[in-house]
Amino acid sequence: MSIMDKHGKLERHSLLLTVGILAAVSIGGIVEIAPLFYLENTIEKVEGMRPYTPLELKGRNIYIREGCYTCHSQMVRPLRDEVERYGHYSLAAESMYDHPFQWGSKRTGPDLARVGGKYSDEWHLDHLKDPKSVVPDSIMPPYAFLAKKELRFDDIEDHLKALRLAGVPYTDDMIANAKADLVAQASPNVDFDAEDALVARYTEASGRDGTVKVSDFDLNPGAVTEMDALIAYLQMTGTLVDFSTYEANDLSNRR
Amino acid sequence: MTDQKRDIDEVSGVETTGHTWDGIKELNNPLPRWWLYVFYASIVWAIGYMIFMPAIPALPGTGMTNTLGLRGHSDRAVVAEQVQALHTERAAAAGRLVTASLSEIETDMSLQQFALAMGESAFGDNCATCHGAGGRGAKGYPMLADDIWLWDGTLDGIEYTLRHGIRHMDDPDTRLSSMPAFGRDGLLTPREIDDLVHYVVDLSGREADQAAVNRAAPIYATQCVSCHGADGKGNRQLGAPDLTDHEWLFGGEPRDIQQTIYSARNAHMPAWQGRLDDPTIKALAVYVHSLGGGEK
Repeated sequence: MSIMDKHGKLERHSLLLTVGILAAVSIGGIVEIAPLFYLENTIEKVEGMRPYTPLELKGRNIYIREGCYTCHSQMVRPLRDEVERYGHYSLAAESMYDHPFQWGSKRTGPDLARVGGKYSDEWHLDHLKDPKSVVPDSIMPPYAFLAKKELRFDDIEDHLKALRLAGVPYTDDMIANAKADLVAQASPNVDFDAEDALVARYTEASGRDGTVKVSDFDLNPGAVTEMDALIAYLQMTGTLVDFSTYEANDLSNRR
Repeated sequence: MTDQKRDIDEVSGVETTGHTWDGIKELNNPLPRWWLYVFYASIVWAIGYMIFMPAIPALPGTGMTNTLGLRGHSDRAVVAEQVQALHTERAAAAGRLVTASLSEIETDMSLQQFALAMGESAFGDNCATCHGAGGRGAKGYPMLADDIWLWDGTLDGIEYTLRHGIRHMDDPDTRLSSMPAFGRDGLLTPREIDDLVHYVVDLSGREADQAAVNRAAPIYATQCVSCHGADGKGNRQLGAPDLTDHEWLFGGEPRDIQQTIYSARNAHMPAWQGRLDDPTIKALAVYVHSLGGGEK
């Protein structure tokens, strides 16, 4: 009896065939997926990366809600012209707290992975309200309504908790103070204790000074709006990792 | 199946698989030869690729992310080399540019061309977003193509602004001044602000309500004069604009002026040191200086 006859038995027995298919498909899956579980193997070791502050996180949610990713990628690729234009190519470590990541593969607008700090808050405000006012040939739609919509953040603690389950290292302290931190980041010179506490908390997580920016992003001191959150997020992108200590050409960082 | 006789379908003349379902037999058409050979070649190629290129994830603890392959290829190493090659290519001119004075740049045609080309391309991506193409400016973003300067219009002054920004709080050397929000912070009454608006309109040589101008004169003398000067000509040390010219960064209509006095503007320009390298910053300074209003 040759092996082909045994195959005939497999084909005629539905349960056996199901088990067989499962085994065959699993091999392919395991080979592709299993290496990714060794996270220390795929994500570079960097200094400065920290979980997003509650306000940045809310801004990120608005970024996703408004579909910014459909026109803007957040990934500077390791190509000379991209590095010349946008700065250091993106690292896996820079999106390790992204759920989901915003890498993208289509650029109608420019890449935003390193837009943080490149322009002033006022510029982002003007540009989001009416892109053509500062970039006359822009085809980006206006998002003026964000400045009028007060930010809803009654669920922010739960959001932090959910992300902690997904592996983002939010501390109990961060979760307990999420609401206060969120308001403090958009309200400079109001409650100095809250502001200091926010900066201290996230600076400790980052291990690096100057990664937490407190500002009245939408120039409207009376309210925390969705505009505040979105600009806070944009001004943070690409600024966390300390590239002065990153050994791009070290063997362990070769890709 | 080797012991079985080959079963040939009578109609098509093609061999069957020998499987029969309800009397129906399955033909066993062979794969096209070319396809089959390409398939085998791909397998051979894949084996070669795994040997020569990085392909297999390394085991944890080995300090490596993956096997390097015989070629030791790395996209990141390639881009590092290309950027290095670019810098080497530019090194001679860039090195001269960084230390060159204005007169040296103006007399050395090739250096000037190098600086302007580099400056123009960097301006397009980094500066034109606010200051407009060619530095034409916009409301809230100064025009760079005229000869009116808020801070400093010399080459060194422009370079300083580029390096340290304006009101960029992360840079201790940034250009810093702060106009109070006279209305919002309750320093002046709305009535006083209205009078001041007339005073400023009058300063710029336009028709204004003289009674209001007279009422505002003492307020101007105590609140505004220290930065904008008694004659309203401004003070470049403090980035205080000249109120007598007809250029208005935030609009010159009475309503705009009222808004400026009420809540202050204090615009921010980011510092570019660290984001752009020294030759690029110098090239940008040369480019902006050349736009029309550069001072000696």
